[in-house]
Amino acid sequence: MNTNLNTDQSLEKTIEPPKSSLGVFGWLKKNLFSNWYNSILTIISVIALFYIVKGVFSFVFISAQWSVISENYRLFMVGQYTKAEIWRVWSCLGVVSLLFGLSAGIWKGTARHMSVLLSVILLIHMLVPFTSGTAKMWLGINIGIVVFGYFLAPFIPKNKIITIAGWFLSFPFTIFLLNGFGVFSTVKTNVWGGLLLTLLISVVAIVVSFPIGILLALGRTSNLPIVKYFCIAYIEIIRGVPLITVFFMAQLMIPLFLPEGLEINNVLRVMIGATLFTAAYMAENVRGGLQSIPSGQFEAAKAIGLNGPQAMTFIIMPQALRAIIPAIVGQSISMFKDTSLVAIVGLIDLLGIAQTVISNPDFLGRQMEVYMYIALLYWVIAYSMSYASRRMEKSLGVGER
Amino acid sequence: MAEANIAKEEGKEIIVCNGVNKWFGDLHVLKDVSLTVKKGEVLVILGPSGSGKSTFIRTINGLEEVQKGDIVIDGINLSHDIKDIEAIRKETGMVFQQFNLFPHMTILKNITLAPIWVRKKPKAEAEKIALELLERVGIPEQADKYPGQLSGGQQQRVAIARALAMQPEIMLFDEPTSALDPEMIKEVLDVMKELARSGMTMLCVTHEMGFAREVADRIVLFDEGEIIETGTPEELFDNPKHDRTKLFLSQIL
Repeated sequence: MNTNLNTDQSLEKTIEPPKSSLGVFGWLKKNLFSNWYNSILTIISVIALFYIVKGVFSFVFISAQWSVISENYRLFMVGQYTKAEIWRVWSCLGVVSLLFGLSAGIWKGTARHMSVLLSVILLIHMLVPFTSGTAKMWLGINIGIVVFGYFLAPFIPKNKIITIAGWFLSFPFTIFLLNGFGVFSTVKTNVWGGLLLTLLISVVAIVVSFPIGILLALGRTSNLPIVKYFCIAYIEIIRGVPLITVFFMAQLMIPLFLPEGLEINNVLRVMIGATLFTAAYMAENVRGGLQSIPSGQFEAAKAIGLNGPQAMTFIIMPQALRAIIPAIVGQSISMFKDTSLVAIVGLIDLLGIAQTVISNPDFLGRQMEVYMYIALLYWVIAYSMSYASRRMEKSLGVGER
Repeated sequence: MAEANIAKEEGKEIIVCNGVNKWFGDLHVLKDVSLTVKKGEVLVILGPSGSGKSTFIRTINGLEEVQKGDIVIDGINLSHDIKDIEAIRKETGMVFQQFNLFPHMTILKNITLAPIWVRKKPKAEAEKIALELLERVGIPEQADKYPGQLSGGQQQRVAIARALAMQPEIMLFDEPTSALDPEMIKEVLDVMKELARSGMTMLCVTHEMGFAREVADRIVLFDEGEIIETGTPEELFDNPKHDRTKLFLSQIL
């Protein structure tokens, strides 16, 4: 069917596009000094930039006293988690490292990038002078585990299923190990804190809210009126309420509804609150994705004999979810940062620890250093998520229209 | 042509439509449409746009609900019973104007999805059939590509293969060449002609008059939701009885 109309053209000498070599001055003139007001803007910006950079530099490298970070390092990471039981945190990190390594070995691509990133972060912590000897050892072991997992992956039969199951099981495993639940000595959740707590709450909220969000979105588009109106009511009520209110509800009101003696742990309550909150937003994202799929796809699925659930699973959902990766990741990043609100309801997450450290008389006036440090931590994690999302969009974009 | 005739001589009525009525809101789009199609027959449905021909063909596999009247496909009544509708969809393949391939799956996956999940065929067998079908529509080398990487004509041929993979009794074509560039129309029509010759029962909504004249056993002319005239291509093109048929033909020929 190929009509090769172009064959004789390819024999001719192809004409190259004109070279655009401006040189440094040409580039400057074109982009920065093209006319008088651009020149003024450029000069003002350069001056402003100079003072900002100089200010930041002199603070970070000269006047800041970073000892507030190094001395409270463990607090920032795990809060007041019992020192003797800290190996449990490391073990959980080890499991995650192994899963990262295995994923990198199986799926390459994005998973490999994320594993490298994790290893680099671990390595940086290993190299900074103030981490203790044991911590350095654990960090080294974890890097080893990532590499081990990467090379081990091809030799495991059914490695994909095992790894995916591993990711799912890693949540209950982490909670179980951190708490102990009587098998090990129990570490009460009120001492969980710092980055550990922030990550736990946000990961649980993001992961669990995802399937709930899908169900809510499907419910909202359902033909059954009870299901439909329940979902609409749920989504609209939750979206109309600030997250902090949900946290207060979870902390203060849930205990009132429960029978005497039954008590839900405060960390769990916050996790439930965050999950239910995020689920409402996820639902609207998913609904947006569903609407972006042309009706022809659903008709074609029906026409070849697929039933409703099959069409949803194989045809509609995969395309809808792919279309909303940016929205889902945006939601996840925003949830991750919003966990800092739990500091207000009395949990000592990363921000809570920061406030505790600042109020310590030994570190009076060190709030700049502390806030800069936790801002950096938040940024690194949030940026990793957005980086992963962009990689994923690219690799899933293959074969798109 | 010989085998097609044999198939026709069976004379089994595979589609029976009786007094089919449909409304979109207040708009009466199908008015008492009655039509019978025999096994192996190739039926071309013509008519101006908005005449209800596409709606009609979509009622046959239940993509559009009928409010009044009966449609019986191969002995199964297309009632509102979802089990019956799913049974009929296994019997009928459909090809759409916009191809409607699944863009996130390879060509091979597009074709094998329904045989594996609906017909419960083993994967290897489904893939073997899929490759044979791709051979039949002339693009065996495209199996591992994604729909977006194919030309319109190739995509439509994949869509035909996907419908055939369910081994349907009836093939429905809803303006299969209307979204194609002119140089690609022929490759799709060639596949459809080959299919017609092999004895498949076909209902085609199309504007390709050459195809209608060459392949159709019978032509049905729709206007304003009604069947205006039915006849062989010769009768209809050369000797139209109805004024509206004459008007329509004068506009397109």
